[in-house]
Amino acid sequence: MRRYFGRKLLIYAATFFIAATIDWLIPRFMPGDPVQSLVSRTGFGLSPEGSQALVTYYNNLFGLNHPIWEQYINFWASLLHGDLGRSVYLTGRPVTSVIMSAVPYTLALLIPAVLLSWWVGNTIGARAARRRLLDNVVLPVGYVLTATPYMWLAIVLAWVFGFILNIFPISGGYSYSLEPTLTWKFIGSLFSHWVLPFASLFLVGLGGWAIGMRNMIIYELEADYSRYLEALGAPSRLVRKYAFRNAMLPQITGLALSLGVVVAGALVTEIVFSYPGLGKLLLASIQNEDFFLLQGIFLFIILGVLIANFIVDIAYVIVDPRTRVAMSGAEE
Amino acid sequence: MTTRAPSAGAQTPDVVQGPQGVPTVPGAVPVGGRPDPRPMSRRGEILYFALRTKKVIIGLTIIAVFLVLALIGPIIRPGDPDALIGPLGASPSADWWFGTTSFGQDIFAQFVYSLGSTFLVGALGGGIAAIIGMTVGFVAGYRGGWIDEVLNMITNVVLVIPTLALLLVAAAYLSARGVVVEALFIGFTSWPWAARAIRAQTFSLRSREFVNLARMSGVKGLRIVFGEIAPNMSSYLFLTFILLFGGAILIAATLDFIGLGPTSGSSLGLMMYDAVAWSALQLGLWWWFIPPGVAITAIVGALYITNVGLDEVFNPKLRNT
Repeated sequence: MRRYFGRKLLIYAATFFIAATIDWLIPRFMPGDPVQSLVSRTGFGLSPEGSQALVTYYNNLFGLNHPIWEQYINFWASLLHGDLGRSVYLTGRPVTSVIMSAVPYTLALLIPAVLLSWWVGNTIGARAARRRLLDNVVLPVGYVLTATPYMWLAIVLAWVFGFILNIFPISGGYSYSLEPTLTWKFIGSLFSHWVLPFASLFLVGLGGWAIGMRNMIIYELEADYSRYLEALGAPSRLVRKYAFRNAMLPQITGLALSLGVVVAGALVTEIVFSYPGLGKLLLASIQNEDFFLLQGIFLFIILGVLIANFIVDIAYVIVDPRTRVAMSGAEE
Repeated sequence: MTTRAPSAGAQTPDVVQGPQGVPTVPGAVPVGGRPDPRPMSRRGEILYFALRTKKVIIGLTIIAVFLVLALIGPIIRPGDPDALIGPLGASPSADWWFGTTSFGQDIFAQFVYSLGSTFLVGALGGGIAAIIGMTVGFVAGYRGGWIDEVLNMITNVVLVIPTLALLLVAAAYLSARGVVVEALFIGFTSWPWAARAIRAQTFSLRSREFVNLARMSGVKGLRIVFGEIAPNMSSYLFLTFILLFGGAILIAATLDFIGLGPTSGSSLGLMMYDAVAWSALQLGLWWWFIPPGVAITAIVGALYITNVGLDEVFNPKLRNT
């Protein structure tokens, strides 16, 4: 058990290390100078000497005047202290606190959408695998849903439910006329703004899981153990139960693999709805060339995906008894 | 027939997942794994069944329609697709088939020009990803040992990194980007699941008799991979490429939508970005944002359906289900 998780943790640590290093490398080795562009944006009207002074000032501020290896060490040192620098676009607020105020919104969308679409999709898929009529509906709908770009479904939902039917608001995390307080009115407003972005994330995910589960169940029902059980006269309910359990395992692995895509989907969905999460922040940081904020958001996403992956690993061990046996067997 | 025997596969789960959790091709290696002595007749057989599989026909027809549109569109509507030539925000009519934007741009012209770049990104991005995935998968699966370990590690790392976030950061720093650069980015980040799948397939073929025979008769590693192993999973490789193609289109749409797509030219994602940025939603200009999304969904959906249909063609066991 310890060896298995040790190995996993090693991979995750390596991944984080590499990702963070790439994150550090990109602005330094990409064409163009972030500081120059920053100065040319903020310091217009300055004399050449003035803008030169500004360049020196920013280089000092961001620690760009040190040798490159020292910059790298400093980067890790401040990273481990939770210091991701300051946001240029939000006039010097610490990046960490800017991100922390956006993270709850993103998580409130992502966690329910991912878990529910996984659960509902698997349930529908398992049903479709044994009912021809349902299958004929689930399969085409599923393919259309998986092929839909996240932001387009978001746009269409916003248009239908926000513009034509006028049921749900289509912009913001809560009504602009309200202050964040702990009242029912505010919570209601939060909820009604949450419904559409959640629904679009949920629906796109649904199709893939349903198709995956359907195929897997059909495959499992053809497997030798299913045939053997049937031959023994086991009730088909029991056979299906076993098939479902076996089909579940690849779906759990798939959950981990799909996380990166879903996170990206959440980012663009937030942009469509101007939802105050990481996606909107990301767009703002790109448009304003706020590279510290951009780096910070990236690191947060990496960290989140790694943690989620690790949770899925643990879930896998809990669900699949064979891994536990194999692991305890592996320990001397 | 398969590598998907239920096994305690926690460390290397051997089920292959495509993008967004769509499990890919279940039965990949042809039954028996023997090189077919009559390649022509096999090709004829595939064509025979492909033209009689409903899914393949539907999928290919949809793709062909859009491809033709992408090719002849610029001939129907020559000139700059972004030119301000029409009335402002007009709904679809005989003159303006897809209506106009709130600036008076012809949406049909933008649409057909964008289709071209969509196919380009898909083919190029998917192609690059397929080549990297194949190389990594073949080498890791055939060589094994420490090379396999190292490649596996790299694959796992790239697999876990949310590559889209990585793309965002990288693309944000490049001030001038073309469709080709975008396709390169996508190709270099979307190969891991393909590499894993191909590695598993190679692994299972590696110890078959015909490969052993080739090895005993002194054939070198590379020739075995390309002469013996690859042809026996050619259908699988093709299906992988189709999925990567569709995935690349979706990733490109996402990138474009955040404003990190090509800085010049048009694309379907960029059209949606413009529509949202210029309040097409609030103004009710549905003809601005519906066509690009429909096109992406239709093309990617058609690719997936073709993929499933072709799987049935390549795999006789699946044909009657």
